[in-house]
Amino acid sequence: MIISRRAAGFLAGAVLLLAACATPSGAPATDPADPSTAAGGATADATGSTDSADPASTSTDPSAQAPLTGDDAKLIVYSGRKESLIGPLIERFEAETGIQVDMRWGDTAPLAATLMEEGQASPADVFFAQDPGGLGAVEGLLAPLSPAILDRVPAAFRDPAGHWVGVSSRSRVVVYNTQTVKPQEIPADLDGFTDPVWKGRIGWAPTNASFQAMVTAMRKLQGEEQTRAWLAGMMANEPVAYESNAPVVAAVGAGEVEIGLVNHYYLHRFLVEEGEGFSARNHFMTGGGPGAMVLVSGAGILQTAAHKAAAERFIAFLVSDEAQRFFVTESWEYPVATGVDGPADLPPLAALKSPALPLADLADLQGTIDLLRQTGVLP
Amino acid sequence: MGLLLLLPPSYLLIRSLEAPGVAGAVLLAPGTWAAAGRTLLLAAAVGAASSALGLPLAWLTLHTNLPRRRLWLVLVALPLVLPSYISAWLFAAALGPRGLLWQGIGPALGLSRLPSVYGFWGAFIVLTLCAYPYSLLVIRAAWTRLDGSLEAAGRSLGLGPWACFRRVTWPQLRPAVAGGALLAALYVLRDFGAVAIMRYDTLARVIYLAYGSAFDRHTAAVLGLLLVAMALGLVSLERGASRRARLHRAGSHGGRPIAPVALGPWRPVALACCAALTALAVVLPLGILSHWLLRGLAAGERLSGLWPALRGSVTAAALATVLTLVAALPGAWLTVRRPGHRARLLGRLSWTGQALPPLVVALALVFASTRLLPALYQTLPLLLLAYVILFLPEAGSSLQTALRQIHPALGEAARTLGRRPTAVFRTVTLPLARPGLAAAAALVFLTCLRELPATLILSPAGFSTLSISIWSAVSEAYFARAALPALVLVAVSAPPLAWLSLRGEA
Repeated sequence: MIISRRAAGFLAGAVLLLAACATPSGAPATDPADPSTAAGGATADATGSTDSADPASTSTDPSAQAPLTGDDAKLIVYSGRKESLIGPLIERFEAETGIQVDMRWGDTAPLAATLMEEGQASPADVFFAQDPGGLGAVEGLLAPLSPAILDRVPAAFRDPAGHWVGVSSRSRVVVYNTQTVKPQEIPADLDGFTDPVWKGRIGWAPTNASFQAMVTAMRKLQGEEQTRAWLAGMMANEPVAYESNAPVVAAVGAGEVEIGLVNHYYLHRFLVEEGEGFSARNHFMTGGGPGAMVLVSGAGILQTAAHKAAAERFIAFLVSDEAQRFFVTESWEYPVATGVDGPADLPPLAALKSPALPLADLADLQGTIDLLRQTGVLP
Repeated sequence: MGLLLLLPPSYLLIRSLEAPGVAGAVLLAPGTWAAAGRTLLLAAAVGAASSALGLPLAWLTLHTNLPRRRLWLVLVALPLVLPSYISAWLFAAALGPRGLLWQGIGPALGLSRLPSVYGFWGAFIVLTLCAYPYSLLVIRAAWTRLDGSLEAAGRSLGLGPWACFRRVTWPQLRPAVAGGALLAALYVLRDFGAVAIMRYDTLARVIYLAYGSAFDRHTAAVLGLLLVAMALGLVSLERGASRRARLHRAGSHGGRPIAPVALGPWRPVALACCAALTALAVVLPLGILSHWLLRGLAAGERLSGLWPALRGSVTAAALATVLTLVAALPGAWLTVRRPGHRARLLGRLSWTGQALPPLVVALALVFASTRLLPALYQTLPLLLLAYVILFLPEAGSSLQTALRQIHPALGEAARTLGRRPTAVFRTVTLPLARPGLAAAAALVFLTCLRELPATLILSPAGFSTLSISIWSAVSEAYFARAALPALVLVAVSAPPLAWLSLRGEA
C-alpha cells in the first residue's frame, strides 16, 4: 500500500493525539487534572455520605423511603439481563419510587468492556450482570455496597469484598431429550459423560459464562489436571458446541443432541411457548460436583455513580421480597434473599447438591479460558 | 472525515501497543492464522456467490420481461434487513439436523436426521443470503444507467448476445460487480452473529470471544488490526478490478435505453429461480417468525409496546442514511475525479470501518468520546457517527459507480456557461447520479435497521430499536416476543426499498 509522506504524518499525528488521551481506564484512581472526573467523584462522595448517614437507607423496602427529587430521582443502569425478562420489574421500581431509570441493555461481556473503556467517565450508576465473571472484570470500578443490602443475601451469594450482591440464582443441570434418554441413565456427575456411550449425543455452550464458571469450579474442586483430562474426555465424545444456553435446550428438545449442559431456567421458556409436549426436561445432578453448581446473577454500584442514592435503592429493590418473587415467577430462577421460596415445581435450593465453593474461587476466569483453548474447546 | 475514520484503527493500535508481548504471542499463534485463513475463505466464497446471484438478478429485474420484476426486486433484496444472527437462527431452526424440514419429511423418509448445516457450508449459505443484496443493488444501480446504444452497436456488428455481454456490457459493469463483492466479503469479515450460530470460527468471532470470555482487550485489538490489514488487501483487489474503468458516455440522456430481453421459454425458469430464492431467503424466515408469533399468542404470551422501538429504528436509520450519503459524496467525488494519494488514502480508510466488527468500532468511539468529547457520549449524534463509519463504504461504492458514469464534460460545460460549482453539483451531478444515490440510500437505510452491536453500546440510555428488541427476546428464548418486532422490521423496510428502487430506475 502506497501512502504519501504527508498522509503518513497525518496518521501518526492522529494516533499520538489519541494516545495522549489514553489513561489506563481499568485503574480506578481518579485523575485530579480531569475536571469531569473530579466533579463526578465529588458528587458521588457527597451523596454517598448523606445516604449512609440516612437511617432510612437501611430499610430494604424502597417505597418506605423519602422520595428522591429532581436530578437525584434518575438512574442509569447497564444491564446484562434482557429487557424481555426484567423490563416489567424496572417499570415496577419506577412506579414505586418515582425514580426514572434509563436502561442500557446489552450482553454482560460487551457491557463490562464498555465500562472498562469508559473508566472514570462512565455515566453508569449500576451494573446488573448476568454472571459474576462480568462483575469481577470491573470489580475495581465498583463501590462497596451498604451492609443493609449485603445482609439480605447469604455470604455464598455475594462478593466477598462487598462490591456486588447476588440478585438471582440458577443451577447447572443436564437437560435431556425425553424420548431418547431416561433420567436414570444420566450419570451422577459430569465425569460420567466422558464415557464413549455418550459420543455424539452431548450439546454444550463453551463460550457461555455459566459454562466457564462451571469449569472454573471444577478446576478449584478437582484440580487442573483432572479438569484437563475431563475436557479431553469430553472432546473425544465430540460434543456439539452451541452459541448459548437457549440453542442447546432447543437442540435437545428437537433431538438434534440428546443431552445438554445448561442452566436450569431456559427450559421454562420453551415449556411456556411450545407447551408441555416439548421433549426436553431438566435433570439436577445427584452426585454434586461442578455439574450441580448454583450460580448467581448480580449487581453493583459504580464508584463514579452520579445518582448514588437512587442506585442504592435500586439494588435494595432487586433483593427485596417483591423483586425476588418476580424472579421466581417470571424467570423461574431461585431467589437469593433469605425468606423467599423458590419456584414451586423445582426441587428446593437447599436440596441441590451444589458444592460449597467460595465465590472468590470463581474469579480465575483467565485460567479457565487458557485451559479451554489448550484443550481445543475454544478457538 | 479522515480523522473520524482513523479512530477505530488508532484505538486498536493504542490498545495493541499497551501490551507488546500480547501482539507477538497472538500473531505467532497458529490458531490466529487458521482463523484468518477461514475468514478469507469464507469472505471469498460469499463475495463470489453474491456476485453470482446479484448479477443475474439485477439483469432479470431490470432488462427482461420477467413478470412483476419490480416486486421480485423488492422481495429478493429484503434479506438485507434481517440481522444475520436472526437469519442464522431461523435457518438452523428450519434446516437443522432435526429442524422443521426434518419434522416435515424426515420420519416419512426414514431419516433419523438431516446432514449437519453447521460449519463452513451453513455460514456460507446464511451469509450469502444476508449479503447478496449488496451485489444486487450495487450492480443494478450501475446497469440502470448503461447506454443501450453500445449494446445495440455491438449486436449490429455481429456479436451474439453472450459475446455482446462479455465484450460490451461486462467491462462496464465490472467495477460495480467488484464493489458489490467487496461489500459482501467485508460483511463476512465483520459479522459475528451468523458465524457464532453456525459455529465457524472466523477472526470476528475470535475477537468477540476475547472480549466476551476473557475481557482481553489487547488480544482483541491485535486481531482487529489483522482484520483491518485483510480488509485493505481485499480493497486493493477491488481497486485492481475497477481501475481504468471509464464508464461515462457523451450525453446525459443521449444513450438509448436498453431494450428488454424477451425471456421466451426461459421465463418460467427465471420465475422459478426467483421464487426459490425468495422462498429460501424471505418466506422461510418469515414463516418461522409467524409460526413463533402464533404459537406464542396461543400460549397466552403478552406482547409489549413496539412503538418506541419502531420510532427509534426508523429515526436512527433515516438520519444515518442522510448523514452517510452526505459524508460519502466528497470521498466518492475525489476518488473518481481527482484520483491521487489523498483520494486513495481516504478511500482505503473508509473501508476499514466496514471490515471491523461493530463492537470494535463502538468501543473505539466510547474510548475517544469519553476522553475528547464527553458531552457527545451516549447521545444520538455519536450513534449516528458510528453508523457513518460503519456504512460509509456501502454508500461510497454505489456513488463512485454513479459518478464514473457521468461525463466530466457535462459539469465543465455547465461551469463555462456560468454556473457556480455548487449549482453545477446540485443541478447536473446529483440528478444524473440518482440511481446510485437511491441504491446507496437503500443499502445504508436497510443495514442501519439491522445493526445491533454498536447500537447496543452507543445508543442513548432509554433508546430502543427493533433489532434490540429482537435480540433481547430471542436470547432469553422469548420467541413470540422476538417474532413481532422482526416481522415489523421487514414490513417497515419494504416500502422504502420499493420506493428507492423505483426512484433509481425512473
